[in-house]
Amino acid sequence: MNGYSFSFAGLALTALSSGALWWHEERVLTVSDLHLGKSDRVARRSGSLLPPYEVQDTLQRLDNDIMQTGAATVICLGDSFDDLAATDSLSEDARLWITRLQAGRRWIWIEGNHDPGPTELGGSHHMALSMPPLTFRHIADSGATAEVSGHYHPKATVRGKGHAATRGCFLYDNSRIILPAFGTYTGGLASTSEAICRLMRPEAVAILTGPAPIAIPMPRSAK
Amino acid sequence: MAQISAPFSAWFARRGWTIHPHQQAMVDLADAPALLLIAPTGGGKTLAGFLPTLSELAGSGHKGLHTLYISPLKALAADIRRNLSTPISEIGLAIRVEDRTGDTSQTQKKRQRADPPDILLTTPESLALLLSYEDAPRMFAGLQRLVVDEIHALAESKRGDQLMLCLARLQSICPHMRRVGLSATVENPRAIAQFLAKHPDSCEILHADPGPDPDISMLETDDYPPWSGGGAKYSIPAVLEEVARHKTTLIFHNTRAQAEIFFHNLWQANTENLPIGIHHGSLDREQRQRVEAAMVRGELRAIVCTGSLDLGIDWGDVDLVIQIGAPKNVKRLVQRIGRANHRYNAPSKALLVPANRFEVVECVAALQAVKAHDLDGDPRGRGPRDVLCQHIMIAACSGPFDESALYREVVTAGNFADLTRAEFDDCLNFVATGGYALRAYDRWQRLQKRSDGLWQLRDPRLAQKVRMNIGTIQDTDTLKVRLKNRMGGQPLGEVEEAFAATLTPGDTFVIGGQVVRYENLREMTVEVSAAPGRKPKFAVFAGTKFATSTQLSARILRMLQQERWPDLPTHTTDWLSLQRDVSRLPQQDRILVESFPHDGRPHLCIYGFAGRNAMQTLGLLVTQRMEELQLHPLGFVATDYAVLIWGLDPVADASNLLQPGVLRDSFQTWLGGNAVMKRTFRASATIAGLIDRKSPQGKKSGRQTMFSSDILYDTLLKYDPEHLMLRITREEAMKGLVDFGRIEEMLDRTAGRIDHVKTDRVTPFAAPLLLEVSKVPINGMATERLLAEEAEALMAVAGLS
Repeated sequence: MNGYSFSFAGLALTALSSGALWWHEERVLTVSDLHLGKSDRVARRSGSLLPPYEVQDTLQRLDNDIMQTGAATVICLGDSFDDLAATDSLSEDARLWITRLQAGRRWIWIEGNHDPGPTELGGSHHMALSMPPLTFRHIADSGATAEVSGHYHPKATVRGKGHAATRGCFLYDNSRIILPAFGTYTGGLASTSEAICRLMRPEAVAILTGPAPIAIPMPRSAK
Repeated sequence: MAQISAPFSAWFARRGWTIHPHQQAMVDLADAPALLLIAPTGGGKTLAGFLPTLSELAGSGHKGLHTLYISPLKALAADIRRNLSTPISEIGLAIRVEDRTGDTSQTQKKRQRADPPDILLTTPESLALLLSYEDAPRMFAGLQRLVVDEIHALAESKRGDQLMLCLARLQSICPHMRRVGLSATVENPRAIAQFLAKHPDSCEILHADPGPDPDISMLETDDYPPWSGGGAKYSIPAVLEEVARHKTTLIFHNTRAQAEIFFHNLWQANTENLPIGIHHGSLDREQRQRVEAAMVRGELRAIVCTGSLDLGIDWGDVDLVIQIGAPKNVKRLVQRIGRANHRYNAPSKALLVPANRFEVVECVAALQAVKAHDLDGDPRGRGPRDVLCQHIMIAACSGPFDESALYREVVTAGNFADLTRAEFDDCLNFVATGGYALRAYDRWQRLQKRSDGLWQLRDPRLAQKVRMNIGTIQDTDTLKVRLKNRMGGQPLGEVEEAFAATLTPGDTFVIGGQVVRYENLREMTVEVSAAPGRKPKFAVFAGTKFATSTQLSARILRMLQQERWPDLPTHTTDWLSLQRDVSRLPQQDRILVESFPHDGRPHLCIYGFAGRNAMQTLGLLVTQRMEELQLHPLGFVATDYAVLIWGLDPVADASNLLQPGVLRDSFQTWLGGNAVMKRTFRASATIAGLIDRKSPQGKKSGRQTMFSSDILYDTLLKYDPEHLMLRITREEAMKGLVDFGRIEEMLDRTAGRIDHVKTDRVTPFAAPLLLEVSKVPINGMATERLLAEEAEALMAVAGLS
């Protein structure tokens, strides 16, 4: 599998180039910020009619990762839906697809700021989840350790002789991992932003998603 | 025959002027429904456009808006208001003239809608905005004349396409409105006339006396032009001498980067401290205005500039134009030369400076074309449908509309005359529902059909959003550049985001004529410090690269076939003769291909003479084909004339690579994933209203919810490849940077006649290409590898690996 393996809280974890986190020992696949139903919410709120294919695309990529890893547990780290109304707007096909993915495995929805409530879809619903030694929650808690979270949609830029690429990325240090947004219609917040720099230790590493994962020291704003 | 009335003749007489024949003719033909005046710069074109209005207004008690004047430049509108106020006040006419642009205050704008002036001066975008209001019919009621200034420039862009749709709308509101176009010298006045007139009506064309031929020649220099490159540094001493010898000189460049470097070098040699300024579109607005003001006051001896000075206000005493680098396009050259000497009936003086040896040939060819009055230009083609989509949305904002009536109105615009009903319906469907194969937005449609059959906005609040997104000018993603200091720092100008992304702290580049050092990026602003005396590491920030026109390329090819070249300097004829001996000289109806080893690698040079953009595309297509044939191409470099490719394996038979069918097939595959397509998509999707124009606020907040339009492109391509937006994107890309049209033209004229010359060393024509800097590495995986290597190095330095 196309991934970057690293050690965190004494565990061997793999940052998949798709943006999902794979915990091989426990067969747990974690994804964050799917933002399903984004195009519907945009249409409802602003009148822009974006190509309505992002649910299909996000689910397809999630499907691929689940099939390739053979995950026993799937954790969606919050903001799985762009808002609660977007859950209702999901097409029948999309609902069936999610149900099919849920069959035969444990499925956990963590609450996010966009989807602060349970949905009618299967799976169990949590504010945060503890799977020792790890804790899974949507927004990082600055005092926590061994924590896996999402929310910030981190992205980072790598430069090399006249080339530059900005991509969504994982961030990790001794205390936490922040996952990139997995949803197709999601943007990113630069790792150089203050909110992220405050959370991450100086030795933090960024793993860029893309054709192959690329690890670099986490870029910070020049001070 | 209409006479110009007594007060005007008296005013002309008082000023010691006589009315030009074409100004009189404009008055004589004032009743024509459509009238196009072709006049050189300085020919009193604008006054000619307004004389009939002034006469009509002087005599009658007209109420409301009489004449609407449209100019491509805001500055021009303000300038004309000042110029018109002179005769109006001196003759004592009670005529109200006002301008309306993005800079006009809200109060003033509101008043103009309630109580319009006699003459309103505005831009295409402001007109589109006015037409989006429900009260547009009231405001424009009684409009008599519409004057489009610099129509030759507008006709080349989507701004003009939008304007013509607006004119169709206006004409429905005011059936008696007469249209007047004012144009600089163009190759095909008939095309502009058709563009201007209501289709299928005819349009009168008036030609002003073009004045004496320009005094144009090559600049004599002590040093020879170099073999390659675009800096023309060798010419600096000679250019400075000319500046010293003339009152005011405009020094035109084809790109901003070249203007910057030249300006930098010019000042290094400017020991006499002649006051010389720089002016181009990436400079901070305040800086540009300072230069313009100094120019008007006559304080500058020279301005280094780009196309930003092609149009616009009268620059006073310019007595010399210098064109650095091959002009690429004869028409633009003629218009630029016209910037020198705005006194009518005095020849404009211009000097051409080739930047390299090949450009010597091109400059001489251009010089001959100017003398022969042989102008070039590519037909503009059909009105683009992204602009139509915006127009439909604007129509909906102004009130409910009938689709058939709107279609009939749209096809009265010359550029949309052959739009089919099905094509129109596609656009309407896109605007209303998004036009997706998957119907997803039944509840959120933007337009709804009412029970009476009219279309209206589903949510009237949408109108506000549409108005904020009006216009077709592309905002490239640029970042402001500021000097870094405690006070916030002086703004210097802008660079493209993509360029800024490649900078690392300590890198030096040139902007506003000074060398600066990149410090950091703060809140979407590039902070730099002055680094005088440092050698700039990067000089290039991308700007438009013009391609040599089809007609000029043909003239160059004809010239190369001459027996001898009495018009060319010896250093150039020696080079051409050597090429003829060693290989062949390229011909109009054949493609010359050369193979030779260099540096231990086989090289292939294809002389297609199809212009830079098309040659770049050809390079991409041929190397893709070579990849398939396992010939292991490594990279290529393209110029206006040729593409030079190197790789691991020699090419035995070039005709294999240049088969039209093969090229067209690879083109289709290649097009999908190309960066040019994504850029074109973003532009078209913004115009068509699929995505919002980036607001300055939105950009600054850097919210993580904003996502790139590339994602929308990729998603559409994957799930809805025949969607209207993708079809529009393909059409637009073919015309623009991809320029496959020119490859088709090359294939047509050469019809498979290929001369493949194999030599044992670099040929004289290919040698300069080896020195070109902008080389393109071949495949995406090479980039991945570079980035991975860079990442490893970074991790090692940080002790993290």
